[in-house]
Amino acid sequence: MTVTEVSAETAAQPNAEPEGDGAPTAAPERVFDEVLLEISGVSLSFGGVVALSDVSFDICKGEIRAIIGPNGAGKSSMLNVINGFYHPQQGTITYKGNVRKKMRPHRAAAEGIARTFQNIALFRGMSTLDNIMTGRLLKMRRGLLWQALYWGPARDEEIVHREFAEHIIDFLEIEAIRKTVVGQLPYGLQKRVELGRALAAEPELLLLDEPMAGMNVEEKEDMSRFIIDVNDEFGTTIALIEHDMSIVMDLSDRVVVLDYGRKIADGTPDQVRANPAVIEAYLGVGHG
Amino acid sequence: MEFISFLNLVFVAPFVDMVSFPIFFAEVVIAGVLTGIMYSLVALGFVLIFKASGVFNFAQGAMVLFAALTLVGLMELGVPVLAALLGAVAVMTVLAFAVERFMLRHLINQDDIILFMATIGLTFLIQGFGEMVWGSNVKALDIGIPSESFEVGGILLNEFDLFAAGSGAVLVAVLAVFFHYTRIGRALRAVADDHQAAMAVGIPLKTIWVTVWSVAGFVGLVAGIMWGAKSGVQFSLSLIALKALPVLILGGFTSVPGAIVGGLIIGVGEKIAEIYWGPLVGGAIENWFAYMLALVFLLFRPQGLFGERIIERV
Amino acid sequence: MLYRETGQFKISYAADQSVFPIAQDRWFIAAALAFAFLVVPWIANEYMLQAVLIPLLIFSMAAIGLNLLVGYAGQLSLGTGGFMAVGAYMTYKLTTAFPDLNIIVAFLLAGLVAAGVGLVFGIPSLRIKGFYLAVATLASQFFLLWLFNKVAWFYNYNSSGTITAPPREMFGVVVTGPTATAEVRYTVALSIVVVFAIIAKNLVRGRIGRSWMAVRDMDIAAEIIGIRPFQTKLMAFAISSFYCGVAGAMLVFLWLGSAETEAFSINESFNVLFMVIIGGLGSILGSFLGAAFIVGLPIFLTNAPQWFGAAMPIDLQKHIEIMLFGSMIIFFLIVEPHGLARLWQITKQKLRLWPFPY
Repeated sequence: MTVTEVSAETAAQPNAEPEGDGAPTAAPERVFDEVLLEISGVSLSFGGVVALSDVSFDICKGEIRAIIGPNGAGKSSMLNVINGFYHPQQGTITYKGNVRKKMRPHRAAAEGIARTFQNIALFRGMSTLDNIMTGRLLKMRRGLLWQALYWGPARDEEIVHREFAEHIIDFLEIEAIRKTVVGQLPYGLQKRVELGRALAAEPELLLLDEPMAGMNVEEKEDMSRFIIDVNDEFGTTIALIEHDMSIVMDLSDRVVVLDYGRKIADGTPDQVRANPAVIEAYLGVGHG
Repeated sequence: MEFISFLNLVFVAPFVDMVSFPIFFAEVVIAGVLTGIMYSLVALGFVLIFKASGVFNFAQGAMVLFAALTLVGLMELGVPVLAALLGAVAVMTVLAFAVERFMLRHLINQDDIILFMATIGLTFLIQGFGEMVWGSNVKALDIGIPSESFEVGGILLNEFDLFAAGSGAVLVAVLAVFFHYTRIGRALRAVADDHQAAMAVGIPLKTIWVTVWSVAGFVGLVAGIMWGAKSGVQFSLSLIALKALPVLILGGFTSVPGAIVGGLIIGVGEKIAEIYWGPLVGGAIENWFAYMLALVFLLFRPQGLFGERIIERV
Repeated sequence: MLYRETGQFKISYAADQSVFPIAQDRWFIAAALAFAFLVVPWIANEYMLQAVLIPLLIFSMAAIGLNLLVGYAGQLSLGTGGFMAVGAYMTYKLTTAFPDLNIIVAFLLAGLVAAGVGLVFGIPSLRIKGFYLAVATLASQFFLLWLFNKVAWFYNYNSSGTITAPPREMFGVVVTGPTATAEVRYTVALSIVVVFAIIAKNLVRGRIGRSWMAVRDMDIAAEIIGIRPFQTKLMAFAISSFYCGVAGAMLVFLWLGSAETEAFSINESFNVLFMVIIGGLGSILGSFLGAAFIVGLPIFLTNAPQWFGAAMPIDLQKHIEIMLFGSMIIFFLIVEPHGLARLWQITKQKLRLWPFPY
């Protein structure tokens, strides 16, 4: 039962590491050699508008991979391709060693890819707890008849998953808003609930689309800590889009830089920082 | 043997009928076209509102009824035709103000389904109010359009029907000009494109909504006059107006030409189906044929004939 | 002071997840049920049962069904009447073809047929986002009524074209048909509605209900966490149609006794939709309150003027009724989409604090 193993760790986590600042975790000695997801030669266009052209990079198991670039560089499109929402016209995506066919997002979810959105995409009419429980839906098996009775196996199942959801609520420190309808929550908390929903699915690959957009410094620090903890404790691979460069450089193991739909740099934060093409993209043309 | 004769009845005999009696067939088609124009007029009002305010206006049918009832009611009070027409237009404008003030304004940012259901409520409100003020019995509407019948090449035509077709065409042309060449038309298209962006460049959203609901009311009045003069003004008008929905599925919800072509297809299609295939199954298939046609159509071209494919964003 | 949860601590998730977490609520519901089952049949007169309580129960059943679809899965249906007709005509066919079949079983089988018909109309329309289901259900509404009108097989080729509930017994008591007493029909209807209300509540608070609400609130996000929107909406529609089908069967067999297709016209579809909106979108309790309101208002309007010694012409009363429904729909959608059910919750919330305002 992975459920109980994971939960025991999570429950202990917030107290076990009081300094919690996180920055040292992304230390250079981390080594990743198992490729989880490989993107090669992906091109995507809508009508005449080219969103991505011939992009290739890989994401290794266990790393925090940042995707950066100026506005309109194709970062969100890239995430949409990874979780099956857009279908690239060219190129292949290999996930866990299998070349992926054209698929719908729910297949990607079933294979362990979860994500959060740039503009929060929570279920506004449902409570925090229910939102997080939706992350467990794929793991719940009881059929219509048991559900109708809400008794025996269906109820036991509900309780097992409720326990898991409660551990995530503990981990993200949102106990107090457990039963609040999320539409009424402030922005920062909504972002946190959205992360919780993605975590509830116990993903192997977690895609975060600007998890810290519009947050103040304190909220950003909290969110950074959560991301590092998730990566550390659950071993979740994370692909992250973020505009705040200092955070990207601190958090990520490797960075890929997109501009106008093309890849212009790929490497460790230090390599990327020194890359003239990146400096050009960010400073030269005056966007971003 | 029975199976063969069944195939014959369904797939051969109706077409043989059409070819052997071309004049009758032509009359059926013309009758269909004229009904289709009515559907188009109702669908047009619907498209206007949907484009400019994103509201799926179920009440368009009730507005047709209400406009026609108002006109008849005023005329019964002894108001001359022209003044009664102006009066009806004025009443529809007041209605548009009321809808914006008491309904739309409070429902900004609500889910589409909530707005849709609100217009169902509006339908009943308008209906109840109209019938309370003007009574619920069938009223004859005569605004002095001639209705002599005459023959062209053996086909029986009616002056009134031609007049209806003509005014439908004129109305569409006027609306097209209004949309493309006037300042307010441009603003309407901007609002349809993106509410927030339009507001940001200083287009007053509320004025736009009132305008578009007034125009839809005016279109409703024209549709109501046509229907009413043909079959009297009564409650059933608003049920017939429900057929605008399948028309829109065919034409695409945002397309003015779509509303017109869709209306014609539905009008002609259901007439032909009723006359040539209806007797096989006991008749009265006009009630549902349009909806079923739309449903089948959905399987093949969900965005409609003239609608655009939507790129979803996250 | 009596309505207070102080001292009631929940020590298991099971307790926290129960439908009525507060003890006083549980007592209240138990008392209400006991009253409805044990006391009402003895004290209510024929008029009360036949004109108020039985239709209230039947329309509650239909409203629960429609609420699962509209309030939980966020899809609009205008064809409730048509699916009720399927339930009624199928029960008629089943019970006349197999007279020994238990009538409740016939209701359920007819409900399944209604669910199947729902699938047929849902498949083309639910694949696409938007209001296509509304149009598809209009198609079903007009087509099904036409079918039951024109095809004599459905009413066993009788000359009047009506279906009539034959006498059927359960446990030696006549449940349907002209000889069934109002008390018996009331009790049967109440039992069915209570069971299916509980089932509905169970569905919406578990996995299935969450996936419905997820699709309702944001279908793209739902798909990205692994929900298949089409299948989820289709399932909601099938289950909703099942409830409506059973309600339609009850309408003929436990209430009217006989009916033509006219009893299932599009006006019934709108009426049930109004019950859902006024009662509260996404609330099982609200379905009952909405049904009570829509069934009760015409009765009130008929009787109220007499209490003041004034007479109201019938057509004026009808117009006022229509206007009231229309404006209440708009009012509730603007002010409180969760309808009467939400007002009830607010009252309870106030009651918890009473008599101290803070």
